[in-house]
Amino acid sequence: MEDFMKPTPLKTKYFTPGVIVIFVFATIGILFLLARLFFGLGAVTNLSNQYPWGIWIGIDVAAGVALAAGGFTTAALGHIMHKEEYHAIVRPALLTALLGYTFVALSVAMDLGRWYYIWHPLIMWNGNSVLFEVGMCVMAYLTVLYIEFIPIVTERFIGRVSLPGFLSVLNKPVDSLLRILDKTLDKTMFIFIIAGVVLSCLHQSSLGTLMVIAGPKMHPLWQTPILPLLFLLSAISVGFPMVIFESLITSKSFGLKPEMKVLSNLGTMIAPLLGIYLAFKLGDMVIRQTFVYLNELNTASILFLIEIIFGIIVPLRIFISPKLTKTRAGLFIGSALVILGVLLNRINNFIIAYNPPYKFTPYFPSIGEILVTLGFVALEILLFRTFVMIFPIVSVPQPLTSKTKFFIRGK
Amino acid sequence: MSKQTRRNFIKTAAVAGSVIAGLPKKTDAAPKNILSEDRMGVLVDTTVCVGCRKCEWACKTAHNMPTTPLESYDNREVMKKMRRPDHTSLTVVNEYEFDDYPEFPIDVKVQCMHCDHPACVSACIVGAFSKEENGSVIWDSSKCIGCRYCMVACPFQIPSFEFHKAIQPEIKKCDFCFSRTKEGKLPACVEICPMEALTYGRRKDLIDIARRKIELYPDRYINHIYGETEVGGTAWLYLASRKFEDLQFPKLGNSPAPGVTEAIQHGVFAYFLPPIALYALLGGVMWINKNRKKSEEGEE
Repeated sequence: MEDFMKPTPLKTKYFTPGVIVIFVFATIGILFLLARLFFGLGAVTNLSNQYPWGIWIGIDVAAGVALAAGGFTTAALGHIMHKEEYHAIVRPALLTALLGYTFVALSVAMDLGRWYYIWHPLIMWNGNSVLFEVGMCVMAYLTVLYIEFIPIVTERFIGRVSLPGFLSVLNKPVDSLLRILDKTLDKTMFIFIIAGVVLSCLHQSSLGTLMVIAGPKMHPLWQTPILPLLFLLSAISVGFPMVIFESLITSKSFGLKPEMKVLSNLGTMIAPLLGIYLAFKLGDMVIRQTFVYLNELNTASILFLIEIIFGIIVPLRIFISPKLTKTRAGLFIGSALVILGVLLNRINNFIIAYNPPYKFTPYFPSIGEILVTLGFVALEILLFRTFVMIFPIVSVPQPLTSKTKFFIRGK
Repeated sequence: MSKQTRRNFIKTAAVAGSVIAGLPKKTDAAPKNILSEDRMGVLVDTTVCVGCRKCEWACKTAHNMPTTPLESYDNREVMKKMRRPDHTSLTVVNEYEFDDYPEFPIDVKVQCMHCDHPACVSACIVGAFSKEENGSVIWDSSKCIGCRYCMVACPFQIPSFEFHKAIQPEIKKCDFCFSRTKEGKLPACVEICPMEALTYGRRKDLIDIARRKIELYPDRYINHIYGETEVGGTAWLYLASRKFEDLQFPKLGNSPAPGVTEAIQHGVFAYFLPPIALYALLGGVMWINKNRKKSEEGEE
């Protein structure tokens, strides 16, 4: 890469046919959310006293947190390991994490029976509750993510603040506020970056502890005391695939050349991470002798096998091969499989494995639940597109005349 | 941050560390889990219960819940299907017929077991559940945020939720008639039971009574007091003439339901040491890597 790469706001038309479809999904999702707010959870979801948690927790929250792991894994790589060559991917990963966690918080709120009391855990503490720990960590981490994003805002707007109409008198104060923020954060950002990684490790693992209390209600293939470790390892191994996947899609969507060298290097790191995850997952199965449950052919055993074979073993094979890791298709398929594998793992843990002692009808998500979930994903994509068009997030090659050196905050 | 000096780094890291370390481990808001020697319980003798369901009526009346008149409870049609406690009734009686004694079905009253180490108390994110001195496990509406983690955690699948309500839905479960027992009254179901199938008393006395009954009538009872040791013990105890699994009691171990998660949780957060250690480790790695970069650049 001879060109200087510099994060720049992307210029393109916002609405394309694909974006319009996504827009429609987002709108439908919002309508169902309104129905949930006015008529209650029962009106929109298939939740019941037998199945208190559905896909809003299993997918929107649990999988949402896992798939936002790209934020802390790239922060660890780029800032803590100080690998400058990866700086181009830190900002897109940060934005994905920021939006991901924002929607996790939103999904939690919408799933709460009393969403307007979401602030209660801040003052009503229960140190024994895993959910309390997850909640506090996610709130803290979301704050950290917003702080980590501030330098991008200041970079975009310092010297360029122009508010409309009578607000223009505020141009100067806002500008100096941005400058103060920029200066302070420049000196203190490392605190937040390390805190972000610590908080992520804590809540990514605690999300696994969450289901341990369900005890015998949970299928033995998934119920294990090392569930927090498995959740942490799977979150770490899905971080880079998520960054690769999203980087390939962004370049395709905006007509940019994907940075194959960076992405391939990233790809070579996935295999050992997946390998460790697989080792613990299989080791746990052998030690607890739960492989006996694979003799029975049912939903649980089939989904468990799919999760292991297509979510871990096949992508592991792809990422072990240096040849495949250098190709766009290899990277894309491998990453997509890891992502789907972790998504399936979270669905399995929170929904498939949950087997209440007394049940009348099995749980299957309602149309409303599915459309709200899709709507959230659609909204996230729309916001991602908006953000990369407003803020300098995606790195693009700069004309060589430009003297600006490669520059990222928080080094 | 390239201007960052080592001294600055250490100073700021120390401040950040002490802020994290300064957080209290537990606050007063943590839920109560009192295990009094004299905590109360109820012994349910399923060999005595005739399934008149008067307890269901008394429970609804005591809790100001809508109910049909008492006479309508003579209708045994509803017992053909298994029912579970929910927001319309905090206790239900289920009937089980067995081929070896078709004329003597077994009736089982179901309600919250009021565990000694309740999973709901441990799980609740805001500490809305508490185990009280008299043995009741009760729920505080003013704290609850409606997350339903208690329902996920409960090994007996007891807490129910008002899914149909958009505003202030409640978690509904038997409260062991907390307000009645406080005034010295019996729980409503115990008071009305015409067969005296329910015995209210100190839990340890009830266990003695139950043991004595099994000893005196070994043909009538199986040698198992359900709730004596299940999930660490429950306030409600059951005697039966046949295996409890046949009566759809969940088969549970003897260790308290929240034991494993609390061990993990408090292990990870022991005096906040592991998170602080991780923070320090990452800070160290970051500092070393940055200095190495800097010295490489210097040599060039």
